[in-house]
Amino acid sequence: MTLTAQIHVALEQFTLDAELSVASGQTIALVGPNGAGKTTMLHAIAGLRALTSGRIELDGVVLDEPSRGVYVPPERRPVGVVFQDNLLFPHLSAVDNVAYGLRARGIGRSQARTTATGWLERVGLERHAAARPHQLSGGQAQRVALARALATEPAVLLLDEPLAALDATTRNEVRRDLRRHLSTFAGVRVLITHDPIDAAVLADHVIVLDDGEVAQTGSPEEITRHPRTRWVADLAGTNLFGGVASADRHVALDEGGVLVSADEVTPGRVFAVVHPRAVAIHRSRPEGSPRNTWPGRVTAVERLGDRFRVQIDGQPSIVAEVTSGAVQEVGLTDGADVWVAVKATEIDVYPA
Amino acid sequence: MPDRVPLVPVVIAAIGAALFALPLAGLLWRAPWASAWDVLGTEASRDALRLSLVTSLSATGIAIVLGVPLAWVQARVEYPGKRLVRALTILPMVLPPVVGGVALLLALGRRGLVGGPLDSIGVHLPFTTAGAVVAETFVAMPFLVLTLEAAFRSSDLRLEDAARSLGAGRLRVFRTITLPMVRPSFIAGAVLCWARALGEFGATITFAGNLQGTTQTLPLFVYIKLEGSSPDAAIILSLVLLAVSLVVLVSLRDHWLVLR
Repeated sequence: MTLTAQIHVALEQFTLDAELSVASGQTIALVGPNGAGKTTMLHAIAGLRALTSGRIELDGVVLDEPSRGVYVPPERRPVGVVFQDNLLFPHLSAVDNVAYGLRARGIGRSQARTTATGWLERVGLERHAAARPHQLSGGQAQRVALARALATEPAVLLLDEPLAALDATTRNEVRRDLRRHLSTFAGVRVLITHDPIDAAVLADHVIVLDDGEVAQTGSPEEITRHPRTRWVADLAGTNLFGGVASADRHVALDEGGVLVSADEVTPGRVFAVVHPRAVAIHRSRPEGSPRNTWPGRVTAVERLGDRFRVQIDGQPSIVAEVTSGAVQEVGLTDGADVWVAVKATEIDVYPA
Repeated sequence: MPDRVPLVPVVIAAIGAALFALPLAGLLWRAPWASAWDVLGTEASRDALRLSLVTSLSATGIAIVLGVPLAWVQARVEYPGKRLVRALTILPMVLPPVVGGVALLLALGRRGLVGGPLDSIGVHLPFTTAGAVVAETFVAMPFLVLTLEAAFRSSDLRLEDAARSLGAGRLRVFRTITLPMVRPSFIAGAVLCWARALGEFGATITFAGNLQGTTQTLPLFVYIKLEGSSPDAAIILSLVLLAVSLVVLVSLRDHWLVLR
């Protein structure tokens, strides 16, 4: 079974133009900054937002195709959704929340409750069947929401930031559970997240959305190793530069400055990535290798565990990650004038 | 040293509060408690009690049937003329009820705008119990519509999306999600609407007249008796209406008496 979608939604202030194709048993993660169009895309697949043009097709059945006048309303799509903030019905108990979709399909009350109780057992919450949503913890509510979406046995499961509302400790635990439950769900899975860890742990394939368009697709590893948007690079904690490469491995950066790579480089538009740990900071101009050395000024020093992230303004501006020893040795404080050095072997260049 | 409470506004406030309290005290003080049962037992007062219950409950029922969809449309549908409809909905709350009665007469009376055609198919509203119900609905329905509209407006639409994604059609979503979400406001609105219908005087007497057992509701009965034969009956039935008002107030205390 495959879900294919060419999604074009034109709103007043925003246009979404994206496509995806997911096979059953696969999890696709939609990532991107707020306002990139992730939720709009999910709503289009669920039928909660009609397409302006394009086509959504599930296993040969067209769900939405404006040019042919086809639009299947959400209640008749085999799609289960785990919404942001869970959106459990506050006036119904956990078991009745899970039974809701079954009841809507005309299944009798007692049978719906029995089936729903079975789903609560699978997510380990059978003892909370009678609890109202406000009596559940964030992690429990999230599991009820998952059970509710799965109870109708949909062909497609959509999850909108399923872990966003949870605190850090619960998050890891629920993420592990979610991974297990997703692996037992045989259908198509689409997950929205802004957390690269979620994407890496839960997804087989990542689509990066930016301002209503697909900026990048690939495996989670590819995306973090070779980001194409500043947003992903920031999340992955790396420095991303756009620029133009010449045949002699020099990359003239858009924001000014030149980086020289040790690898062969295809001339033309490229991205260059530098990991912050590969950035060395010196008090004065370093001896030796004259390549990839430039002056700058420290604008921020931020503690990160036993290391420090240092923001340096220059051409180009860059983030370095150094040990506390280096901070003291070089005397890194806001406003300090320093020299930045990066080995050519640490500069990863790839075509844009 | 703590601030001393200034005297002048406190005195004025006390006079203001007394304005509310004194009439109640007067009513309780003058009440002919001994003859209460005799008064309540007379045919005329029992007619008025029964009629008031029937008409006010009918008016509330009609207000629910018409007002729930009206409130929903006003909260959820964008259409030209929406502000005009909102103004019309609120109008009966500020309009002198007697003017409402005159207007109803001109619209639904025998020679009225709609009354003529209605008359020719055998529907007569003025000076009938049905007419009293119409007058009460006209005056009381805004309380339900406004309360509900605000609730529909503030309820979380995403919950309805969630229900639809689970396979519920629009009607089922409305019945199982939308209505339960606004239940407290629905009850408050319906109770307020009923209380207003029960106390309706001006529009009723103008449009439906004052016929014992047909259109003479409690407030009309009280007014007539106070002016005429039996002021005691007027006082006792006033107390009945007062008691109803107090019960309404107490039952809605979470809705109206707690400042949030």
